[in-house]
Amino acid sequence: MTTTTAASAEPGERTVRKSSPGAARGPRRTGRIKRIGLPYLLLLPALVLELLVHLVPMVIGIVMSFKELTQFYIRDWGTAPWAGFDNYSVSVHFDEPVGEALLHSFFVTIGFTLLSVGLCWLIGTAAAIYMQDNFVGRGVLRALFLVPYALPVYAAVITWVFMFQHDNGLVNHVLHDQLGITDKPSFWLIGDNSFYALLTVSVWKGWPFAFLIVMAGLQNIPGELYEAAALDGAGLWQQLRRITLPSLRPVNQVLVLVLFLWTFNDFNTPFVLFGKTAPESADLISVHIYQASFVTWNFGTGSAMSVLLLLFLLVVTGVYLLLTSRGRKTADV
Amino acid sequence: MSSTSTTPRSPMAPPRSFLWSRRIFLTALTGFVLVPVYVMVSSSLKPLADVSGKFRWIPSGLTLRPYVDIWSTVPLAKYFVNSLIVAGAATACSVVIAVFSAYAVSRYNFRGKRVFTVTVLSTQMFPGILFLLPLFLIYVNIGNATGIALFGSRGGLILTYLTFSLPFSIWMLIGYFDSVPRDLDEAALVDGCGPLGALFRVVVPAAIPGIVAVAVYAFMTAWGEVLFASVMTNDATRTLAVGLQGYSTLNDVYWNQIMAASLVVSVPVVAGFLLLQRYLVAGLTAGAVK
Repeated sequence: MTTTTAASAEPGERTVRKSSPGAARGPRRTGRIKRIGLPYLLLLPALVLELLVHLVPMVIGIVMSFKELTQFYIRDWGTAPWAGFDNYSVSVHFDEPVGEALLHSFFVTIGFTLLSVGLCWLIGTAAAIYMQDNFVGRGVLRALFLVPYALPVYAAVITWVFMFQHDNGLVNHVLHDQLGITDKPSFWLIGDNSFYALLTVSVWKGWPFAFLIVMAGLQNIPGELYEAAALDGAGLWQQLRRITLPSLRPVNQVLVLVLFLWTFNDFNTPFVLFGKTAPESADLISVHIYQASFVTWNFGTGSAMSVLLLLFLLVVTGVYLLLTSRGRKTADV
Repeated sequence: MSSTSTTPRSPMAPPRSFLWSRRIFLTALTGFVLVPVYVMVSSSLKPLADVSGKFRWIPSGLTLRPYVDIWSTVPLAKYFVNSLIVAGAATACSVVIAVFSAYAVSRYNFRGKRVFTVTVLSTQMFPGILFLLPLFLIYVNIGNATGIALFGSRGGLILTYLTFSLPFSIWMLIGYFDSVPRDLDEAALVDGCGPLGALFRVVVPAAIPGIVAVAVYAFMTAWGEVLFASVMTNDATRTLAVGLQGYSTLNDVYWNQIMAASLVVSVPVVAGFLLLQRYLVAGLTAGAVK
């Protein structure tokens, strides 16, 4: 990734050296300050913005999770009474309604994320490998495959909402009227089917990203590797197993993690698909917390749930990076 | 960095079974990808009767009426302008800031470099919902205290969106700048450019594909975001992401108009994306994926 430059060339140094012959101390000293300060100055805007929009809100979110923050205190949230661990205990009391619903939502999200990431990765990788060689229409196909990724989420998902309509949708028309698979038109956006509807839309939107990344990764595999393998008599399958997939390992490490985090935290897709309140079988955690916070105006509990979610993601990411990095090291030896 | 059209695979002709499986797989995938696109395009040209009754693959007649009506059913033009301003400004700011940061990380050694990159990247992990609530309160409170309206304004949304694309943009540009030979900017420094001169006259021009890729990504992120837009905008500043839902809350759902509006708001991003996707692949190849 970004482990860069053992001894960077220090561009600032050259300027100093060049301006030094005539002038004495002054320019040299400002030159040094510039040289030390410049990188920080360049990073300043990014730092300030990340602090303002991500890190400070995160800290405040953690503070809020210890407060009894209902709509009465929104205008001046500092005055809300402390709640200790009440918000957390409400969230994790899995035999009470609030905790039970959160746990359910958590498991739904895990199942959904694993399936979606798996399918996105599989389809994206297969498509990228099938399109590694040149053939007629490859460029057109590649552009076409990127369309779901390029479409704005709401436009794409609204189209799927139309397709999933009970009376006038395409899905019921094909499954019931044309193929006769179901004996009566099904409901897709409420009830148990909504999980599959959500999964379909998520895979449809998500796989092109995997395709894009794997395609870029494939281009960094030197052609000589394949030539040498072909000379040694390795068939297509062996080339795939011995060259392509191992070379993609570092790319996949990042890709799978990014897909996982994006899918797990995805709000846009379920929100446009189902509206503010998702059906139980497709109650993803981000919408669930949104609902707990903004619909019932209970920010304290919502924050506690968000913090628990963040802790979970931190642990998963840490363990994942530890496991995959170790695997990579031993594979290199 | 190999060009996107070269084929790294061996010159051996692939076996027949491979060719057949490829044909079947890619055809099925094309169908999966295209069906919703076809539904969107064909339904946007159908009369209302066609989209209210049973689904029809072939429209009973074609009409451009939905494309006329969408502008009056909801104030689509206003939403469009809002989205353009917000996404455009967020993209411009995000790219400039990412260029500065990536240059610092790529060309200088300084204390805290690793902390910076790790911190910035880890913000990608935060669930949006976690900082939506606090950010909402921060913006409201800043507004109460100083009179600067961040909540409900375009400024607040621009500020928020530009930080969304920043981490990935910085990460991608670091990789891209690393691939620009250092000799180039050293030569510029010898010629008397300052560090910033070297950045803008040498490094940036050499990294244009990466910068275009980052801009495309930033624009798409801002154009498609729903969560923050739904909480942080009001009637005057509503963006397309929220405004489009106006069509379905009416008593009769005009699906042909919804599809027409979806198509209209998609065309700018999809066209831009397809035109520039070559840069995105090249940028990813040289930068993020390396």
